[in-house]
Amino acid sequence: MQLMEGEREEILACVKEVLGENSKTNENLIPILQQVQAKLGYLPALAMEKIAEGLDAPAADVYGIATFYNQFRLNPPGKHEVRVCLGTACYMAGGNITLESFERRMEIKEGETTPDRHYSLDRVACVGCCSLAPVVVVDEEVEGKATPTRVDGIMLALEEDRENTGKQESEEGEKSGQN
Amino acid sequence: MKKVGKTDPQKLYEDIREQAREWSQSRQEKPRVLVGTATCGLAAGALQVKEDFMREIEAKGLDAEVIEVGCIGHCYAEPLAIIAKPGFPPVCYGYLDEGLVHRLVEDFLAGDDPSYEYAMAALERNDEFPTFEDFPRGVYEEKLILEHCGHIDFGKIESYISRDGYSALAKALSGDPGRVLEEVKAANLRGRGGAGFPAGKKWESCLENGEAEKYIICNADEGDPGAFMDRSVLESDPHLVLEGMILCAYAVGARQGYLYIRAEYPRAVKHVREALEQAREKGFLGNSILGTDFSFDLEIFQGSGAFICGEATALVNSMEGKMGMPESRPPRLVQEGFRGKPTVLNNVKTFAYVPLIINRGADWFKETGTAESPGTAVFSLVGKVNNTGLVEVPMGTTLRQLIEEVGDGLPNGRQFKAVQIGGPSGGCLPESSLDVPIDFDSLHEAGAIMGSGGLVVMDQDDCMVAVARYFLEFTQHESCGKCTFCRLGTKHMLDILTGITRGEGDAETLELLKELGEDVRDGSLCNLGRTAPNPVLTTLRYFYDEYKAHIEEGRCPALVCRDLILYYIKPSKCSKLCNVCVGSCPTEAIYTRDDGLKAIDQDKCVKCDNCRKACPTEYDAVIRLSPPVLPAEKERKAK
Repeated sequence: MQLMEGEREEILACVKEVLGENSKTNENLIPILQQVQAKLGYLPALAMEKIAEGLDAPAADVYGIATFYNQFRLNPPGKHEVRVCLGTACYMAGGNITLESFERRMEIKEGETTPDRHYSLDRVACVGCCSLAPVVVVDEEVEGKATPTRVDGIMLALEEDRENTGKQESEEGEKSGQN
Repeated sequence: MKKVGKTDPQKLYEDIREQAREWSQSRQEKPRVLVGTATCGLAAGALQVKEDFMREIEAKGLDAEVIEVGCIGHCYAEPLAIIAKPGFPPVCYGYLDEGLVHRLVEDFLAGDDPSYEYAMAALERNDEFPTFEDFPRGVYEEKLILEHCGHIDFGKIESYISRDGYSALAKALSGDPGRVLEEVKAANLRGRGGAGFPAGKKWESCLENGEAEKYIICNADEGDPGAFMDRSVLESDPHLVLEGMILCAYAVGARQGYLYIRAEYPRAVKHVREALEQAREKGFLGNSILGTDFSFDLEIFQGSGAFICGEATALVNSMEGKMGMPESRPPRLVQEGFRGKPTVLNNVKTFAYVPLIINRGADWFKETGTAESPGTAVFSLVGKVNNTGLVEVPMGTTLRQLIEEVGDGLPNGRQFKAVQIGGPSGGCLPESSLDVPIDFDSLHEAGAIMGSGGLVVMDQDDCMVAVARYFLEFTQHESCGKCTFCRLGTKHMLDILTGITRGEGDAETLELLKELGEDVRDGSLCNLGRTAPNPVLTTLRYFYDEYKAHIEEGRCPALVCRDLILYYIKPSKCSKLCNVCVGSCPTEAIYTRDDGLKAIDQDKCVKCDNCRKACPTEYDAVIRLSPPVLPAEKERKAK
């Protein structure tokens, strides 16, 4: 995915900071990746290269670890993250159909982020609240009984936010233009 | 290890407990509202309920405390709360919302009416209202490690200590470490991670290993979809697990331990982190524990979301910063584990039993359960069953008792079809296997495994082929790729199963599937690969006819496989006056025909089942047809 303006500097600074805080052993590779992801929201290719340099390990090893574990994401998270639970109970209650509904509405596949980085869509193995199946996690909120009919409602709330931020930005733009 | 002379750990502990009891008693003088805020409670809106309680209490100017507690176990009725008011038995209320909270505060906290009509049960015997033990579920349930879950304040170590928490540690430290080991061995405590290996034996091999440096690891990488026992215990009663780990460390002589907790459980991580700090403050962890020369400390390692890391050797590899791939054993972890040193690795629940065994003795523990599998089993009961939730029953309880009595049967008189036990590595057992007692060995004979304790009940609307495919998709995705059979075999099996859900294949396909399954089972190194074919093999064994219907007739008997069904609105049942299905359709596939009746545009339909659920029961006009052939109709005018 294309890096945004100023993102490159942010990534370099973040990796430098995290590497400085940890002793540079292979045993710390996973915690380092976790910390970088916690700060940036994802693991850009650039960050993985720099971590490999810092630990004096082949970049392929770092990439291998990052793709082996489900927790790491190589795509930036959207402003709103939607995660659809596909645990046993949710799957049997039609979680996969809910996921498809989101894919259709966001026009991306699971694991992807919309080009404007407003939405990202993921599947999650089990959130652990099986009695509320099917479950969807929108940002940090857990939504129980999220059938396909609820998808439109959830999306509506997120879309409103998109329009509002769009408005604010343009207003701010106007203001700064006036100044 | 000998005492440092002056301080007696027992005495030191009793002082700490005295303080905790005073704190606890002063707290009990005023009314308390305990809101269940484990992950499942939060999802159902427990935080909102907590806020409602606080706001209502403040508005009434009452002196009452609102406390967050863990999982109360009755997930079907979330959000839940317990109200403990002096002069009344503590009462549990379910299905809470703003209105009910308002009423409870007004009538019970401000007034003196416990509003029993909204109560689920009382928590102490009394003359007014039944307790949980008076319901069928309570008769079968026996809570050992879940005893305090949902009743104690997980954020306050005093709450645990005031109920004799850490007394097992004080007792053990006053004696020889060998006695801890003897007690655990005598109790025949078997590992609760699924395989059931005796914990005492494991600890003994670690102890016998001469190395000075040893490690204790708690496996909380609970990755089975549909299982949440370990999470609940860690979130609701973290000190119980910590105490068990400290006792283990004392028995085998380790100085450092780790809790390997899944990254998907942020709340469990938070609670354990707080618990560790408090335990250190009180002197139960760290240098010279309770004044003795025994030192031990614990750290959290956050897993990164790989199912395979629940496997012991893979878990250790992942802690060392490598890919979580299993190693062949021997050497076992107790010989050569974390950093090449002897390591004891046990499941959360295994450690949780240890303080109870030390406190009450091996004989007490063996009173519950069967001779070969003493103690209890903890299950997360989910799927098509009335009382979903976290349950703890003695080993030897039958599946039928668990589903029909504890779980209160299937909702709306649905027909039982199968129970999936043991997660993706387990099997699907049919009606005829329901009288199998739950213990490590009997379940193995029936083709399933105890696993970590996920139990999913399925009814006539669940397609066994689709279920088998679902689990295999999961294990295939989680296969680490080390063994050829597991890496390629599961992929090929998945392709075959996907084909079957589309109606492709013949009799030979099923033979091939079975053969492949057996090969993957025999040709893989670790238990992920060895058990991955289980759901497929058990469904082939018990539900062969369903497989046959898919490939021979192109029909899915449970009407689930989407390539083999279509949705159809029966004109003879449809009401012209009703538009519910049109509104429910997410893809606008439903239209009104010229004659006013509704019909479905099959090209647009995504088979989401919404219209069938939405259609009022007095019409029930939306049906599924399998094989997917539209009936000939007299009047099918253009749109």
